[in-house]
Amino acid sequence: MIENDKTPWDINCRCVSKRYGSVQALSSVSFSVRKGELFGLIGPDGAGKTTLFRILSTLMLADEGSAEVNGLHVVKDYVEIRKRIGYMPGRFSLYQDLSVEENLNFFAALFATTVEENYDLIRDIYVQIEPFRKRRAGKLSGGMKQKLALCCALIHRPVVLLLDEPTTGVDVVSRREFWDMLKRLKEQNISILVSTPYMDEARLCDRIALMQSGRILSVETPQHIIEKYSDKLYALRTADMARLICDVQQMDCVESCFAFGEYLHLTFSDDDQAACLVLLDYLKKKGHQDVVCHPIVPSIEDCFIKLMR
Amino acid sequence: MKEKKVVIDVEGLTKCFGAFKAVDNISFEVFQGEIFGFLGANGAGKTTAMRMLCGLSLPTSGKARVAGFDIYKQSEQVKRNIGYMSQKFSLYEDLTVMENIRLFGGIYGLSHKQIKEKSSELIETLDLIEVSKKLVAALPLGWKQKLAFSIAILHKPQIVFLDEPTGGVDPITRRQFWKLIYKATSESITVFVTTHYMDEAEYCDRISMMVDGRIKALDSPQNLKMHFSASSMDDVFLRLARKAQRQAE
Repeated sequence: MIENDKTPWDINCRCVSKRYGSVQALSSVSFSVRKGELFGLIGPDGAGKTTLFRILSTLMLADEGSAEVNGLHVVKDYVEIRKRIGYMPGRFSLYQDLSVEENLNFFAALFATTVEENYDLIRDIYVQIEPFRKRRAGKLSGGMKQKLALCCALIHRPVVLLLDEPTTGVDVVSRREFWDMLKRLKEQNISILVSTPYMDEARLCDRIALMQSGRILSVETPQHIIEKYSDKLYALRTADMARLICDVQQMDCVESCFAFGEYLHLTFSDDDQAACLVLLDYLKKKGHQDVVCHPIVPSIEDCFIKLMR
Repeated sequence: MKEKKVVIDVEGLTKCFGAFKAVDNISFEVFQGEIFGFLGANGAGKTTAMRMLCGLSLPTSGKARVAGFDIYKQSEQVKRNIGYMSQKFSLYEDLTVMENIRLFGGIYGLSHKQIKEKSSELIETLDLIEVSKKLVAALPLGWKQKLAFSIAILHKPQIVFLDEPTGGVDPITRRQFWKLIYKATSESITVFVTTHYMDEAEYCDRISMMVDGRIKALDSPQNLKMHFSASSMDDVFLRLARKAQRQAE
């Protein structure tokens, strides 16, 4: 067994693969999470995020490769790992017909501890749901359920938190609040692995792995992923956006073009300054009005799209 | 300006569960061919309102006409003139692509001939020829959602209701999905959509924002941003929804 405190890593995945019938859910996935790091797995449904969580939480065996959590092997040391992790599955997994406070007491009892003993760790989050402590978990709103689930995952003071899509289907306000909570937990030196399909949440992580179809496309800090984007990216808008996207796609000099909110983001095949002028001239001829076009810094979603193509 | 045809007309719509006002006196109009974004925080009352408009739940008070039919007295006609697609359940996973199209075509009352024409057209435009005999369960999420949308408008409804259609879909497929939405509006189908992606809010013609059961703002994305001096729809949403009192449903 590895000495727990000598490794700087709390999660270590080496060439992990998993197949379900004909579907390759994970293809040789390797990455490591440092102690105290907030690490994001970013990718759409089907990327393999949940499979990875199941393997790391010792609920499923990998076909190939090996993984360690807090210095312990996921197969040999599964009993010990289960005491040290807090796992929040993607689907709401609390008892719907137990109240908020019953759920919390139940999970504390499972780990042979009490809510009082660890109250300091969950206080910030729990006070927000305390007014509803008598309410059944199934009757809470989406954001509230997530807060309760996080409290239950924390109640035994885990060393590593595994959070599978905690913000999916949750509104923008609750999502922000949830990430603020994660930041505060990180300050308590808890290592956090969190997955999300929302690309805008990537920048809130220390490092991220971009995942697609069972593979890791890139592991970096959000800043580095953006710096590595090699093309020059432009934002373009006109008064008639629906027509604009069709017109722009006709142009040979345009390499890629995707809608991003109120703008199109586009790259050119070569010499971007000349190409940009050609495009603007063409749009003028096509009768587009209020044309705005300027270079921009790419977002994580731009980078993801580029890596996907 | 040309008179716009109203396809959803809501006045003072209210739904109470006991003492709790899930939807509190909302009024708005949606015009033909428009993409109408129906936004709000979790628990704001969106799903309850949408269920009433689809004829699935009766209001406590207020009036609404959908596709020209009264939601109290003509809920069956309402259902026949709308399409509905949710993120959670929209297709039968253990039927094949073709079987799903045939089943829904039959439910929507299309003739055998129509179903045959529609299904081959649909399979071709969505590039599903190779998987047409495969179970829907085997398709990637993005394909499922594109197929579910196309099936929801198979019977050329006046309005299609989309409840978070792109949750979890990859960024490229998410954009292809919006192309399908634009195509539907070019055929005069009205789109009523909820989403948690604020970039998608920008693609709507008009947006309504629900907070605590009420509509707190309704305008084009551009006007909303101007009105709240916000740089993005994300900001507009945060400003409105942070004032919410209601925390749990």
